[in-house]
Amino acid sequence: MCLGIPGEVVELYPDRGDLAKVEVSGVRRAINIGLLEGEDVRPGDWVLIHVGFALSKIDEAEAAAALAFLEGIGQAYDDELAALADSRIE
Amino acid sequence: MRFVDEFRDAEKARALAARIASLCEPGRQYKFMEVCGGHTHTIYKHGLEDYLPEGVSLVHGPGCPVCVIPMGRLDDAIAIAEQPDVIMTTFGDMMRVPGGRGSFFDSKAAGADIRMVYSPLDSLKIAKQNPDKHVVFMAIGFETTAPSTAMTVLRAKAEGIDNFSIFCNHVTIIPAIKAILDSPDLRLDGFLGPGHVSTVIGCRPYEFIAAVHRKPLVCAGFEPLDILQSVAMLLEQLQEGRVEVENQYTRVVPWDGNRKALQVINEVMELRPYFEWRGLGFISHSALKVRDEYAAFDAERIFPVPGVRVADPKACQCGEVLKGVIKPWECKVFGTACTPETPIGTCMVSSEGACAAYYNFGRFTRERVRVAITR
Repeated sequence: MCLGIPGEVVELYPDRGDLAKVEVSGVRRAINIGLLEGEDVRPGDWVLIHVGFALSKIDEAEAAAALAFLEGIGQAYDDELAALADSRIE
Repeated sequence: MRFVDEFRDAEKARALAARIASLCEPGRQYKFMEVCGGHTHTIYKHGLEDYLPEGVSLVHGPGCPVCVIPMGRLDDAIAIAEQPDVIMTTFGDMMRVPGGRGSFFDSKAAGADIRMVYSPLDSLKIAKQNPDKHVVFMAIGFETTAPSTAMTVLRAKAEGIDNFSIFCNHVTIIPAIKAILDSPDLRLDGFLGPGHVSTVIGCRPYEFIAAVHRKPLVCAGFEPLDILQSVAMLLEQLQEGRVEVENQYTRVVPWDGNRKALQVINEVMELRPYFEWRGLGFISHSALKVRDEYAAFDAERIFPVPGVRVADPKACQCGEVLKGVIKPWECKVFGTACTPETPIGTCMVSSEGACAAYYNFGRFTRERVRVAITR
């Protein structure tokens, strides 16, 4: 729950400006980007996600570093990914 | 230098460890608190304390939201979950946290409808799918998760969903740090500031720590190198006689935080006069409740809650661990009566609790130290 996980924006929804589809370690899910108001979010951008909400935009190098760190911590990240995989935000 | 080769960038780690050693005044003892449970996790996982000189010790702080939920609040949540036609939804981390009358898991086994969700928005979806039930979201966390809860309430209101509410247990980090600074038990030389909370609140709210309490604080990232670098930054300040708030994690943390996130929290929630923290006791203005304008989404006003204060088990020393007064392994029940499988205290439940982190990684690290030394 406390982990910030990096995801790559892969798709925007034309009729839902507050949502984006992201890919996190191979899992593709919708997340809410409403907290990034005023920032231009496009496919290919990386965001740091907390409980289904993007809290900040990050660059690709930071995303790679964060991901390597998360993959290293093991169970807690596995649990977070499993929870994300079950998520069906709309 | 032990183990540095494990780091992706061993050269940098080696240079930082040497820099840290050179910044220490001979004979002086430095005590820095890492406020955030995520940092505690990194420190134990990578055995970072073993890279630091004898004179530098890291003390674990109260920044694990699961760990600071008092038992009485969990009992209240279970009382709500056991109401007829209620679906309680929660982050997975909360399931095993013991209250005065058992955990969410126990209550679920006894028949309550308690479901794990990834996001409060998943709870909202469950509400839409179950119009004949009332869905409650167990809202916990510091400023990192509070905006998500607030956004979900705003969405529920906008969509006219009337069978959804939150049981609000959101806490705020600044009063907890204040409580620790005011505590007579502990003398600290500085703080590693929480990375992700600061994404939301920014760095300004920490300025009183430098201005009033004369302690340096460095907002730190979560990788081993981030933490080593932040420790070096704290030591540089002390050596140069500076006391400031600095940001090591500029890659992610903006100095002013996330304005939109603060705005939605403020729209939906307001400070409670006081709130009980496990181990720290009652702290003024340290938690959030739902504003009157959103009362229809406040589980505390919809359902009767016992609101009874429950004392922690006598054997449990989570309070001292959360204040950094003792290390996890100094607790009487650590690793014996209290393990991640059968936790007595919250610090052993959450993977970011200091006790669980030390239980999972710390002993392993100590073993490696012993092997490395005798090799």
